[in-house]
Amino acid sequence: MLHWTIYICFAGAFLMMCLPGTRVSLVRFLALLTSALALVVALMGVTKIQPGSATTLVKADWIPSLGISYYLAADGISATLVILTGIAAVAGVLFSWNVEKRPNQFFAFYFLLLGGVFGVFLSFDLFLLFVFYEIAIIPKYFLISIWGSTNKEYGAMKLALYSFVGSGMVLVGLLATVALSGTTSFDLFTLASAKFSVESQRWLFPLVFVGFGILAGLWPFHTWAPTGHVAAPTAVSMMLAGVVMKLGAYGALRVAMVLFPQGLKAWQHVFAGLALIAIIYAAAVALTQNDFKFVIGYSSVSHMGFVLLGLMSLTALGLTGAVVQMFSHGIIAGLLFAVVGRMVYDRAHSRELSFLQGSGLGKALPFAAITFLLAALASMGFPGFSGFIAEVSILLGTWRTLPVYAITAGIGILIGVAFMLRALQRTFYSDVPAVETHELLNPITLPEKLGALLLLSSTILIGIYPKLLFDLVGPAFQQPLFHSIAATS
Amino acid sequence: MPEAIMVLGGILVLFLDQGLVKSWPLRKRSVAVSILAAIISVLAIVWIAAQAQDVNWLNGTYVLSPMTAIVKQFVIVLTVFTLLIAPADKFTKHLGEYYSLLLFGTVGLMAMVSTEDLLVAFIGLETASLTLYLLTAFNKHNITSAEAALKYFLFGSASAAFTLFGISLIFGLAGSTNFNAIALVLRSDTLDPLLLLAIVMTVIGFGFKIAAVPMHLWAPDAYQGAPIPSAALIASGSKLASFFLFAKFFIYGLPHQVGSAAWKATASGWMPALAILALASVGFGNLVAISQSNLRRLLAYSAIAHGGYALLGIMAFNGRGFAAIVYYMFTYGLAVVGIFGVIGLVESKHGMIKLEDFAGLSRRSPLIAGFLMIFVLSLAGIPPLAGFFGKFYVFLAALQSSATKPAGLLWLVIAAVAGSAVSLYYYLQILKQTYVVDAEETGERLSVAWPQTAVLGVLAAAVIVFGCFPDLILNPLESAANHRTAPSRDPGSQITAAFPK
Repeated sequence: MLHWTIYICFAGAFLMMCLPGTRVSLVRFLALLTSALALVVALMGVTKIQPGSATTLVKADWIPSLGISYYLAADGISATLVILTGIAAVAGVLFSWNVEKRPNQFFAFYFLLLGGVFGVFLSFDLFLLFVFYEIAIIPKYFLISIWGSTNKEYGAMKLALYSFVGSGMVLVGLLATVALSGTTSFDLFTLASAKFSVESQRWLFPLVFVGFGILAGLWPFHTWAPTGHVAAPTAVSMMLAGVVMKLGAYGALRVAMVLFPQGLKAWQHVFAGLALIAIIYAAAVALTQNDFKFVIGYSSVSHMGFVLLGLMSLTALGLTGAVVQMFSHGIIAGLLFAVVGRMVYDRAHSRELSFLQGSGLGKALPFAAITFLLAALASMGFPGFSGFIAEVSILLGTWRTLPVYAITAGIGILIGVAFMLRALQRTFYSDVPAVETHELLNPITLPEKLGALLLLSSTILIGIYPKLLFDLVGPAFQQPLFHSIAATS
Repeated sequence: MPEAIMVLGGILVLFLDQGLVKSWPLRKRSVAVSILAAIISVLAIVWIAAQAQDVNWLNGTYVLSPMTAIVKQFVIVLTVFTLLIAPADKFTKHLGEYYSLLLFGTVGLMAMVSTEDLLVAFIGLETASLTLYLLTAFNKHNITSAEAALKYFLFGSASAAFTLFGISLIFGLAGSTNFNAIALVLRSDTLDPLLLLAIVMTVIGFGFKIAAVPMHLWAPDAYQGAPIPSAALIASGSKLASFFLFAKFFIYGLPHQVGSAAWKATASGWMPALAILALASVGFGNLVAISQSNLRRLLAYSAIAHGGYALLGIMAFNGRGFAAIVYYMFTYGLAVVGIFGVIGLVESKHGMIKLEDFAGLSRRSPLIAGFLMIFVLSLAGIPPLAGFFGKFYVFLAALQSSATKPAGLLWLVIAAVAGSAVSLYYYLQILKQTYVVDAEETGERLSVAWPQTAVLGVLAAAVIVFGCFPDLILNPLESAANHRTAPSRDPGSQITAAFPK
């Protein structure tokens, strides 16, 4: 049932294209309906799968001569990320309620992107996974270049090209894997049991890992992310930082780490180091930014660094923490971009912190202030929100195998607190007397409030009762698929 | 014989145009004649399907096998679409001549496909080339058309000289012009310097036809100056037939001289030569296409790059490689014919166009813009369109090459994928103009006659369907690729041994 999310999204995209661009309300409500349906189906579908094994949803021959099958399945990890996508999808539609220009095309591209994302999380045939992975690239280009803001054409092209180069690396790795495996099959389980020589794994692993890692914001290939996020319209930034970056991390976990365990062990320290640099460097850069959205963009890179560190810890706890952080950061990044983009920028028409300081935003938009306060706390890793439990798990897991890295990552958390407080203080809680008294900033609309409530409640729910996610993700890492990389703790 | 149908059909078209419909208004005449030509071509396709498929006439002069049947049908399908995408009355009054020349050119292409003899291959090549030179020059109102044709002709004649020289050297060494007989005689692995020279000459000659670097100089001008249907045929059917002939000659005719282009394991032969050609084409084509402001020239440079990708299929040296080349070039041809159709529609409003003239096309005609997006994304290699699967299949075939150890050609595949990533930039520039940029004038709708929309729609649907369900073409191709027609003279088992599975 989970895979119906893919079909709902593609059908939604087609429906949007057929609607006229002038019936704006109709387009919005149908988009909301589609995304809500996808979320409901995702939640219902989760109850039907076993977290500890890959439950087959669909398996049919597609191109038998090449061993390619249409193989959709889900384990706990896939299910977690599908739910994340569903929540982010609904929130994205709610925060796009004010899109006036060609809304039918906007939501068509939006659902096309979503369909691709759902497909990646549910594919267990590597060709199929790659097809969905690439389907997700082109809609992003159009979404950013048509509806974006700062430097939109440059940001869109940079994002598209970086993503395409990353997927090109994955393609080469995939082809080489199949050519070297001795069989012609693209089934993940078949390839996982094929023996690859250690020499081949030494170059195959980094090739595929970096290929996926580019989309996950692996340092130093992360530069597309801040530019792209800033250029993108709000809902697309939420999607990009919230879900699309997780595509890269998921691919790195599901494909690179599973297929090449010896290669992984050889490169563990290198990539853990790069993850660490991402955490600290991106956080430090965020501390100096004057554009509010750039602060959030760099914080995304920093939080994804945590995900990658957790993946490199190679302990069950660290890996579980990494997946929970994927979920948590997806929600929190969505919240942060929603505040920055939709609540603040669409009203104040500026993202400069120095300008916003004197705007009296805290008085004018109390709902936005509270939302951003809560979101900032969540992002800092405050207990009670999902970020805390995720980051603690990652640090505990990393402490077992890479203790020095764990300590250094803790410093990254401190810098994260610093830049969040700086941004929070300057925008909503500054003492500077209002230079320009803004005539009536529009009050926060109902769709925005609903979207914010949805995201906040998700992160608080998991923060208070993380067992919901840990029961999904934890057993998944006990599968035979992950035997060679998850040391039982 | 299907070739006879096409020739007689061409003559019939000529007579019809000069006789029956001479007094009709020009547009109506053009439509009528083009539809007649299309019907004749479809008849030829049906005939091929009904023909016997295991014939070897006159020691390789005319060979029918499942593979040649499929390839000929594909070539004629591409011709049918070139006949229908743009009415010829826009650039010429000599409609009968034009359409019959299109049919005769297709006969040349069919002759190239259906032969295993060098001399007949040359005849087919020249028939097709000469016809294409004429077709390129047909627009007498536009001087670039004549210039393009002249450049194409001069270049092509020089390359024909190279081809002929190479062929005569091979004949001198092997004593026969039949591919299988050549393979029998030139059995030793040591590479005779004269044979090396012959291989280089032949590669140059064939390389001109597929616009591989450094024999590519004619392509940008020909694509820019030729009228739409001619350019479409040059870009699609001619490429498919040439690649097929190229592959057949080297794999059937010179299997022992293949050499190897594997990383750190190179051996002299034709594979390293093709590897250099492929590398140069992919690199040069993609890099120069970035700076183009005219869509037609951009397509020409991208065609050079696509030729480079397809060359990897030849280096696969097995049946899968054959299937890969044919799939790739056929689906590429469909997409390119579609793009030329869209160019024709936009050109009819603006004359010779730059990329900027596509601005706002998504407003002016959403359907045509949508079709253009499908064709361009297919060329860029975005799933689930046919262009993606074509590239995937070619690269997979190359990595599973029978002439190298597994993944020996990985370096070349990496270069090709890198080139493909670069190509996304200029393809997105086309789509940027179409979708992102707002046209200044509030777009008057681009009115398109419904038959032309229908033709483009069929092409777009084909690109999508063949991408999502490649087995539709792949199954017949793969089973045909492993079938070799027995030569009429019996050379025993050595031939099959020379052709690895």
